[in-house]
Amino acid sequence: MLKISLDKLGNMFAEISKNMSLYLPVDRADGKSEYTKWEEGKEWSNSLNTVKGPKDIFFPQTEDMMEFKVEGKNIEVVDTRKASEDFVVFGVRACDVQALEILDRVFLTQPYDSYYATKREHGIVVSVACNRPNEACFCTAFGIDPASPKGDVSCWKTQADLYMQANTQKGEKLMSLLADLTQEACDEEVCKEKNAIAEIMKKLPLAKLDVSMFGGGKTQEFFDDPRWAELSESCIGCGTCTFVCPTCQCYDIKDFNTGKGVIRYRCWDSCMYSEFTKMAHGNNRNTQKERFRQRFMHKLVYFPENNDGVFSCVGCGRCVSRCPISMNIVKVIKKLGGKGNE
Amino acid sequence: MQKITTQMLVERATALLNNGTVSAVLGWKKGEYDYDVTPGVFKSAEELSEAFVYGDFSAANLSKYLIKKTDSITGKILVFLKPCDTYSFNQLLTEHRFNRESVYAVGVQCGGMVDIDKIKSIAGDGVLSVDYSSDELVVSTLYNGDVKIEKSRVLAERCVNCKSKKHVAYDELLGESGEEISSGRFDEVERLESMTPDERFAFWQNELSRCIRCNACRDACPACTCEKCVFDNPNSGVENKSPANSFEEQMFHIIRAFHVAGRCTDCGECSRVCPQNIPLHLLNRKFIKDMNDFYGEYQAGAEVGSRAPLVNYTAEDIEPSDVFNRRGEDA
Repeated sequence: MLKISLDKLGNMFAEISKNMSLYLPVDRADGKSEYTKWEEGKEWSNSLNTVKGPKDIFFPQTEDMMEFKVEGKNIEVVDTRKASEDFVVFGVRACDVQALEILDRVFLTQPYDSYYATKREHGIVVSVACNRPNEACFCTAFGIDPASPKGDVSCWKTQADLYMQANTQKGEKLMSLLADLTQEACDEEVCKEKNAIAEIMKKLPLAKLDVSMFGGGKTQEFFDDPRWAELSESCIGCGTCTFVCPTCQCYDIKDFNTGKGVIRYRCWDSCMYSEFTKMAHGNNRNTQKERFRQRFMHKLVYFPENNDGVFSCVGCGRCVSRCPISMNIVKVIKKLGGKGNE
Repeated sequence: MQKITTQMLVERATALLNNGTVSAVLGWKKGEYDYDVTPGVFKSAEELSEAFVYGDFSAANLSKYLIKKTDSITGKILVFLKPCDTYSFNQLLTEHRFNRESVYAVGVQCGGMVDIDKIKSIAGDGVLSVDYSSDELVVSTLYNGDVKIEKSRVLAERCVNCKSKKHVAYDELLGESGEEISSGRFDEVERLESMTPDERFAFWQNELSRCIRCNACRDACPACTCEKCVFDNPNSGVENKSPANSFEEQMFHIIRAFHVAGRCTDCGECSRVCPQNIPLHLLNRKFIKDMNDFYGEYQAGAEVGSRAPLVNYTAEDIEPSDVFNRRGEDA
């Protein structure tokens, strides 16, 4: 365990930035925070969550995939992929670290996604424990411990210091860069912090949210449940929940005509949209009820079915706070999730 | 002024359900906390007493739901409308988007809605409950105990700059209807107008760069009721699911603002629902302000069937060259 005084954080960010790009949550003028590339003068936000998760750094909302250059009848296919350089994502919450592991299950299995993979390979994830979880947090329902975040380096913030512990080779490499700025420390303060967080977690309104009713093999049980109609009745079909979600991974591939050829890019897509996965025969989900059901069945039933029981929700609470009509996965779990939630 | 309570709305809705006037009620449903209220349909006295809520977080404008709900529900639907919602209601009627006979509209007195983000900026994170039974809110929090906040400090922007407490459409009223208010709603537009073009461009570039193209602004907007939005139509040539570049992300909002110009009632739903806090209402207010300047005061939705200035040619209409020249080269 190493530690650095909080008033030296600026020096640490500067030292990291000398070697590689550093992204961290920074407050915006509107009071929200977002992952921003660090430069002199930028300060690490105290906020619990960014509006968008770190997903955007590894799987950007828009990403060029290849280019077609057209000259007369010749079409040249240009591979626009670039190997990523090392970079650091700092201040990632436990839920968002778990979200990256969920994305790994999607993008790092066959067919292997080289665009995502190069960023994952070169990205060093520095997590930080949540001193002040909020009322919309429910990560513990998915077995995540906000007091012990994973990642390449885990951090705990106390009154005066930031405690840091490397968990992987990548993490150790980063810590070796910071050797002059940090000092050895014992675990005592971190243990105190972990206990304090555990006490707060017990008081959260969603502490007892129970997802045990869901999981793989439950398609028949939930698919035709009449309560989907009521749950989805006021959904306006926007993409807010999917775009602020740190685990939603669907994308569309589009061609952009440059006049001299085509740039083929991918962009986030939303199962809430009427044009989502449109096929030759049209669309297989024609009502908002079906689209709404798809999103939650995917997170709570289909994904665990195909991924060793792992749910593709991490309880970060972003959809809870950002949905325009305040309908969200917590309400779905409470409505359909049986006795444990009464 | 008498405080309007959930109980009063529930009693009235129950009576109208029981005497057969309506077969369903469009209102607001309680959430997990006090602030996450969801629009919903109620079909029985039990449903109403269990989940209906009206208070400082019943912000959602329910008028747009009438398009779909009047189609799917047989019999009349009771809808509760706050003063600003009644303007959207009228505008939708002007555009023949639902059948007036299918709706029983109850205008409900509004003391302004509050903004949970503003509450959290004062009380801190971890808001467990908000008691809004008086104008001094009591916010119970995880970390700062009970925090008392004057409601006026945490009103939503659109309520700080409320344009009207008057209900312009209803079958009956609950509580009082007020008057139009000369608010400061154009102050921020004027501030932007006084900028140089470069400053203004930088302002909008900064605001719109946060857009994630979730389309919440469009989907919540009571003026955006096209059966198929051009931005969702793969055959339109302009369909896109995310900004391909910064030009596109700016164009989406500006095109949308043009499309609703003259029809936008300034209900403020676009800015309320934006997950990135982009002040989209300022685009609409700029159009409203310009139309007032060019064609005389006009409020969309003030009455059913009025002709918006942009679709109503008169010989006195301002010449395009006057529009262009009105503020010199900087305009």
